[in-house]
Amino acid sequence: MIRSRLFEEAVKQLWDAGNISGEMHLGIGEEAVIAGVVSQLTDGDAMALDHRGTAALLMRGVDPLSILLECMGHARGMCAGQGGHMHLFSKDHLAASSGIVGSAGPAAAGFAIAAKYKKSDKIAVAFFGEGAMNQGMMLESLNLAAAWKLPVLFVCKDNGWAISTQSKDVTGGNLVDRAKGFGIEAVAVDGMDVEAVWKAAFEAILKIRSGNGPFFIQAKCEHREGHFLGDPLLRFHEAPIKNYGQVLGPLMKALFSRKGASMLKRSRSMGKVLSLISLSGKQRKLEPDPVDTSQKKQQEDKLRLDQIKEAAAKGIGSIVQQALEITKGGRDA
Amino acid sequence: MRFAQAIESALAQAMAKDESIFILGEDVHTLRVNLLTRFGADRVKSTPISESAFLGAAVTAAMAGLRPVVEIMLVDFIGVAMDAILNHAAKIASFSGGKWHVPLVIRAACGGGYGDAGQHEQSLWGWLAHIPGINVVVPSNPSDAGGLMLTALSQQEPVIYLEHKLLADYWRDYLGGTSRSNISINVPAAGVEGEVPDHWEPVPLGKSTVVKKGKDITIASAAVGVHQSIEAASILEKEGISAEIIDLRSIVPLDIEGLVASVKKTGALLVVDEDYKMFGLSGEICASLKESGLTFKYGRVCTETTIPFARALEDQVLPNTKRIVDESTKLLKA
Repeated sequence: MIRSRLFEEAVKQLWDAGNISGEMHLGIGEEAVIAGVVSQLTDGDAMALDHRGTAALLMRGVDPLSILLECMGHARGMCAGQGGHMHLFSKDHLAASSGIVGSAGPAAAGFAIAAKYKKSDKIAVAFFGEGAMNQGMMLESLNLAAAWKLPVLFVCKDNGWAISTQSKDVTGGNLVDRAKGFGIEAVAVDGMDVEAVWKAAFEAILKIRSGNGPFFIQAKCEHREGHFLGDPLLRFHEAPIKNYGQVLGPLMKALFSRKGASMLKRSRSMGKVLSLISLSGKQRKLEPDPVDTSQKKQQEDKLRLDQIKEAAAKGIGSIVQQALEITKGGRDA
Repeated sequence: MRFAQAIESALAQAMAKDESIFILGEDVHTLRVNLLTRFGADRVKSTPISESAFLGAAVTAAMAGLRPVVEIMLVDFIGVAMDAILNHAAKIASFSGGKWHVPLVIRAACGGGYGDAGQHEQSLWGWLAHIPGINVVVPSNPSDAGGLMLTALSQQEPVIYLEHKLLADYWRDYLGGTSRSNISINVPAAGVEGEVPDHWEPVPLGKSTVVKKGKDITIASAAVGVHQSIEAASILEKEGISAEIIDLRSIVPLDIEGLVASVKKTGALLVVDEDYKMFGLSGEICASLKESGLTFKYGRVCTETTIPFARALEDQVLPNTKRIVDESTKLLKA
């Protein structure tokens, strides 16, 4: 978890510095969910990842330098620089990512079909957000997995935000009940507590491996960096003067233009815009931070914890240096 | 052997040899009774009506070492599962830096001419071919049908295998019964039944065939269009026009070389395409031949609007022999 956090913070710095192009979706804040599950996977188990796959791959044992070089679009990246952070693939680890929300459902079902076809006890894990639970292919996959008793562990990383929409505004019922509606055993856990996730996943994986069919875990967590780096709501929150300056004019014009909704409706809508910005800004300061929490629990063995932290910092620091050195000469250097 | 039997026979030959091949799709327990009986329910598996889930799942099942043949009953239904093709099957080889492949066959019935309207009668091969990273094949006779299926089952990358419902006639029986003799359907006999080899050999991808030699105009087509073109050619022959007919067989890869060789000789090209006219196969062939430096007369007979239900209207919208004859004559007079 410590290594993953440091790795993603380094990615953030490289993105800020312009060493990484495009969007960047970090898993900062969901480390406990990933660690609690991935630490229990063995050779031949598969992972269907979403657009935040770096933490899972790192914890599964993929070479961190090859992940970082991939994020930087270099030919020595794990996908030769052709995939980037949203499309990370490791055939050796049976790990496939996708930037299409909800596709982890069918992907995990397919890996599980293969495991079952080969009569192995291997399982497939799907990692996805609660936003994906409103996507048709995910719901179809829950049904398929239940109907065919597929060995799938569905892990819903529920941070409460679907891109920049609050999930409570767009979701009917609750997700554990929804999964149970398909006939799938389902539990909710505190996704900020790695021990709680580990225990839930342990029970789930035991059942799945013994042929009981799929299992669903809803793990509540927070994305401290918003949906992606440069999240417009967070950006607003961080530099209000600069950003408000740009949009205030058109916003005021929209507020007072002739024809449109009533003034009451207009001021309500404007209030909604402003409250979203302030609400999303609070994510940054959310307590507890899962990485801090897990460290606090290790205080009895502070010496070992310090050693781990030091080694992780040194390791990630050296990887960043190597990556910068390698990419200095361009994509194919 | 009949068209559909040929597909089944080639599939059976491949399935007997390769344990990783399995069939997945709606109603396959009814549609593929012989394969189900021979290979068992694990290898011929009926799905819920959830194309996004089972086509998406087939992509990763293929990545994990299996060779799924996914049946999308009618190609029109592929719309609900397009993400699995567009964003996954077609892209994983590239995104993984060439390290991971998707040996997947997607089999679907296509085409019209029997009065089922535009949600069940589209061709869509051009629409699918638009996406880099997938192959698209459309056989026109039993021999190619079997050979191309065998080829599809040996590819590293996804292949979309389309079978036209006028050729694979069991589809029409399945969908609505064929016992009503007062309904007229123009079924091309040479496409429905024909000679096949004793043992299936693969038909190469991207290799067209010249089904009739000629010197005045090249008519390029696929599936039922090939048979309509042959019929049109015999009418044109009486008017003193000698047409060369090319059966494309595969849309991706497209046999540009074969087309160039023919058009170089005839100097005129008519594309007969049951798929839509705009942004499709007909325009692509014209552009590719222009890019190769040829100067030639060009025309096309395609489907231009939504396919209407009424048989009389449908016959006007889809390519037909009369349209091919008229367009060829017009083109050569121009």
